[in-house]
Amino acid sequence: MITYLEAIREAQAKALADDPRVYIHGQDVGNFGGAFKATKGLAKEFPGRVLDAPISEDAIIGAAIGAAIEGLRPIVEMQFADFSTVGFNQIVNHAATLHWRTNVPCPIVIRLPSGGTAGGGPFHSQSMEAIYAHYPGLIVMTPATVEDAYSMLLEAVSIDDPVVFCEHKYLYYHLKAAALPTEAVPTGKARIARMGRDATIVTYSAMVHEALACAEELATEGWEIEVIDLRSIKPLDTDTVLASVARTGRLLAVGEAWPWGGVTAEIVARVATDGFGLLDAPPKRLNAKDTPVPYHPNLWGTHRPTARTIAVAMRDLLRS
Amino acid sequence: MVHTKEVSAPPATPSALQDACLTAFRWMLLARTAEEKIANLYRGGKIIGGVFLGKGQEAVSAALGIALREGDIFAPLIRDQAGRFAFGEALLDFTRTYIGSRLGPMRGRDGNIHRGRPRAGQLAMISHLGAMIPTVAGALMARRFQGLTGAVGATCIGEGGTSTGAFHEGLNLAAVEKLPLVVVVANNQYAYSTPNDRQFACERLEDKAAGYGIDGHSVEGTDLVACVTVLGQAVARARAGHGPQLVVASLLRLVGHGEHDDASYVDPRLRQGPVGRDCLKLAEQHFLRAGWCDAETLRQWQGDAHEQVEAAVTTTMREPLPDPNQEDWCALSSRHLIDGFAAE
Repeated sequence: MITYLEAIREAQAKALADDPRVYIHGQDVGNFGGAFKATKGLAKEFPGRVLDAPISEDAIIGAAIGAAIEGLRPIVEMQFADFSTVGFNQIVNHAATLHWRTNVPCPIVIRLPSGGTAGGGPFHSQSMEAIYAHYPGLIVMTPATVEDAYSMLLEAVSIDDPVVFCEHKYLYYHLKAAALPTEAVPTGKARIARMGRDATIVTYSAMVHEALACAEELATEGWEIEVIDLRSIKPLDTDTVLASVARTGRLLAVGEAWPWGGVTAEIVARVATDGFGLLDAPPKRLNAKDTPVPYHPNLWGTHRPTARTIAVAMRDLLRS
Repeated sequence: MVHTKEVSAPPATPSALQDACLTAFRWMLLARTAEEKIANLYRGGKIIGGVFLGKGQEAVSAALGIALREGDIFAPLIRDQAGRFAFGEALLDFTRTYIGSRLGPMRGRDGNIHRGRPRAGQLAMISHLGAMIPTVAGALMARRFQGLTGAVGATCIGEGGTSTGAFHEGLNLAAVEKLPLVVVVANNQYAYSTPNDRQFACERLEDKAAGYGIDGHSVEGTDLVACVTVLGQAVARARAGHGPQLVVASLLRLVGHGEHDDASYVDPRLRQGPVGRDCLKLAEQHFLRAGWCDAETLRQWQGDAHEQVEAAVTTTMREPLPDPNQEDWCALSSRHLIDGFAAE
């Protein structure tokens, strides 16, 4: 069995082995192997190509941009997605604008260990995907499976544009697969994680698994819920979402991020704009509460959507 | 036409120093002439957006530019037209970006001093101060990864920019990696309108170098001969493997922050003091006094610069402007990954 975290490690090992232009830069990623061990053993296996960085997120991203201009393909690890705000300027104002301004591509991968875990608290739990997706010039990946963690990270390295790779910390150890994939669905294509005919849940990352658990529970009540895993939120596969809503007539968009704006708002806006006539009921959204992410599990477990709260929202939607 | 003269080591002999100063001077003259022309066009309403001039900073900028050579990496800031020309930027890149020609390197997508040709080592600054320091550092790391040695990276900033986190992070990273990076701080006494006593509390900015474990240099930015000497030494030390070099040049911005700014906040005592001297005039006086060139030659160079600038502006004015109907409005280089909904 291979975990989501091991898949990320293996994808980086393969990228380093296959392409001499790839290197890894980040805090504690060298001999220590990273705060989560996503680069375990890579510094030894690829001498001089996996470098510890000072605690300087701005400089780490800025340096990656300079290296990309010179033709390299850096992978940088932000120790937690939350800390990427210190490098925010370089990501959104420099990396994201470089190709458009100068016609020189900026192939960098920024790995963001994202999302909540019990005990993480306000500064080690954030879901930053929507804020990066807002900026033109960035690709934002949000893999929900071991297979996608592996194949999408490899694809991210091959893409000529900056990729913000939101890997979910809760899935690091919880999620396992029998083997690494040999085939990959290209980025930009959503996946129907479960077929259904009564309503559609559109979600991504760790919430895919909460949505699947919700669908399983509602199946015992006779409902068939379709679950769409977006895989990447930018580009966002609107066609697959609309096709699903055309079949089910009901939409619930679920995200672990905060409610104001963001991915769920974008999904509802797109369906309302291009698929209003497909809807049999007003579309719904479910997000985390509009507070910082709490530390204690008693609070955290209620702060973010879960299979239970998704089911409550879904029963509401099915009744409307 | 000004010819690029390769100056790859600090001028070792009096005649090499003389040659280097004369070369630098001609780039300073071209920059001053080109910028005055753009300022005139701005006043005539012909320039969209801001105009940011390097008047008073040409000596230090040109001295850096001539110390660099092909294959080096240079990320200039807003008052580095002389250094840009000396490093190889075409005059047409300057006029086209200011005037908005579609044929310029930024194609109307970005303007004025936000321009570059990154693949030629001419990085295109973003407005956020300090951001280019780690970027040049990263480009130098890339050279090292590829086993390429001998190149130097350089970038410029003002004293105000030394207050940013990016300045600290970038310089520290470069120091940790012992990169051949030269950071030139033009201490022009004001960050926009903010005087130095509201910007930093240390006595000398070059003292910051010790905190990073790197070499620090200071130079009178009004004195071309001193600038050519000190910048030549700093670039040579970086090239020889002595790690990052921080050079602080004292001078005064002789214009506003931009042409929209009358700089009424500048203390008149600074204008009348040593930092307020015009580096071009000082250089001319030195050349004549030392017999490095005669007045007729200076007039000829001024005429050459004027002719080049007029020709470039005339050419650019005839060129097509950006066309929203021909613009592809795609921010990604991977066109297959464009978000279809957003593109509609």
